[in-house]
Amino acid sequence: MTPLERTIRFRRCQDAAFQVLGASLTVVALLVLGALVLDLAKTGLGRLSWSFLTSFPSRKAEQAGIASAIVGSFYVMIVTAFTAIPLGVAAGVYLEEYSRRNWFTAAIEINIANLAGVPSIVYGLMALSLFVYTFGLGESILAGGLTLALLILPIVIVATREALRSIPLHIREAAYAMGATRWQVVRHHLLPYSTGGIATGVIIALSRAIGETAPLITIGALTFIAFLPPTPLTPRPEEDGGGLYGPFEWLDSGFTVLPIQMFNWVSRPGEAFLANAAAAGIVLIVATLGLNALAIVVRSRMRRRIRW
Amino acid sequence: MVTAGLGTMDCPDAQQVEVREAALREAWAAWPEVASGRHAPPPIKADVRSLSFWYGKVQAVKSVSIPIADRRVTALIGPSGCGKTTLLRCFNRMHDLYRNTRYEGQIVLHPSGTDIIDRRVNPIEMRMRIGMVFQKPNPFPKSIFENVAFGLRMKGVRGRSEIADRVEAAIKAAALWDEVSDRLRKPAYDLSGGQQQRLCIARALATEPEMVLFDEPTSALDPVATARIEELVQSLKERVTVLIVTHNMQQAGRVSDFTAFMYLGEMVEFDRTEKVFQNPGKQLTEQYISGRFG
Repeated sequence: MTPLERTIRFRRCQDAAFQVLGASLTVVALLVLGALVLDLAKTGLGRLSWSFLTSFPSRKAEQAGIASAIVGSFYVMIVTAFTAIPLGVAAGVYLEEYSRRNWFTAAIEINIANLAGVPSIVYGLMALSLFVYTFGLGESILAGGLTLALLILPIVIVATREALRSIPLHIREAAYAMGATRWQVVRHHLLPYSTGGIATGVIIALSRAIGETAPLITIGALTFIAFLPPTPLTPRPEEDGGGLYGPFEWLDSGFTVLPIQMFNWVSRPGEAFLANAAAAGIVLIVATLGLNALAIVVRSRMRRRIRW
Repeated sequence: MVTAGLGTMDCPDAQQVEVREAALREAWAAWPEVASGRHAPPPIKADVRSLSFWYGKVQAVKSVSIPIADRRVTALIGPSGCGKTTLLRCFNRMHDLYRNTRYEGQIVLHPSGTDIIDRRVNPIEMRMRIGMVFQKPNPFPKSIFENVAFGLRMKGVRGRSEIADRVEAAIKAAALWDEVSDRLRKPAYDLSGGQQQRLCIARALATEPEMVLFDEPTSALDPVATARIEELVQSLKERVTVLIVTHNMQQAGRVSDFTAFMYLGEMVEFDRTEKVFQNPGKQLTEQYISGRFG
């Protein structure tokens, strides 16, 4: 065997070894994930039924359900999305397209990157003193939604900037060369072309927010809620003054969310409540997977529509 | 002596214009068509006076003066890095988009007498008056129609039928109408490279600019598409003044009436294209033309 053949053989062995290593580690990771989902399904699938989805929590495990948690999660996500999207996109556009590069914007950039890594319970603590006490929002859906909005704001900003940065320079120059102002370039070109990337980032961020527990517990989300927030423009009970609920009264309502409901059940004794927790976990995972699937669809549709 | 109709009377240094106009006239005088009195010499559309440009501390254009003839094609040639594209991008103030850039001198646009690079002149106004076509075809990821309509919408043109008419006229002027008239709502990226570049020309023409800048418009195209663009550039001079940067000397020879040869940021020679290519006045030009460097 010539030296050349020997070195080729050695390098091919290296290649094969790494391939085996990589494949086996991937299998391990997938197996662990699969085992988790299977275990959850085994414990919880039996409890999953229409009445489980539409019942309020109860002292009796077999009568308990997650109606208030599902509705609570939904309302909190609405507040989060309506706050985090405009703020995050505007901040991203400003930082990427308008701000001058100097030490101040560099400091802001580093801080945004760091904020994304701050533990969520710290956000909860800040929100408790800011939203709940200082602004007097109380332990409400509004306070919870704003807290989660703060939590995902850095993710939305970074996603927006990445999406804008992926637009080639020659497209911007073409627009500016037509005599467009900066706002016209942003409004007619950059935002439409980056919608896919921004939407993907926002959806991923929301799917993170929907599973957050710690900051909401910190601001005092309740663990046992046997009522729904007032639906806008539905009749108010007579003993509560009658008339209709206002369009924004739900913002002030107490609430619980899916992960908190799970946490509540897990901390109770008894197999039956554990099964409830697992069932709620399945619902949560389906919601997260659904959001991620939506992100993939949005991204691939935009990719087909926009090329350069 | 100032030629009537040039609007040079209100310029601060009409004398300088006269000098450059003399250069243009001289270049033209040697042309048999003019010498025999069949053509009048063209007035100046844009007058570049001692223009210098810096990227940070690097001076890319060094005190260049060129008269750009009205409704003629003027070519800027020279080796890579000679500053020809930088000079071209001064005309629509594209450098303003980037930091640490500095202009000095003047580019006076006639007949209005506007100094393009005057700080008080809004670059957006200049970009609406002077269109640009880039090296690589860069249509927007929108429909063919919307690409051409964009400049009109920026300008605030509202009427649907007016926009439709002007889009059609621009696409026809860019010799693209027959190929796209039945698919105006289709994405511009479905077009071939040469068609995309003609669409970009239509986009630039739609707002009826006074001048169109071409930055090596055929460097990304095949020979057939190149020939069509060259033909188009030549036909454009009936309506607009054209300034074209090109790497390809044959192209400069085919499409332009005047040629400026630049080297290391300086303008070496400006003359009638025929003269520059057949009987250059400077040795450097002759060496570049004959392919001894560049």
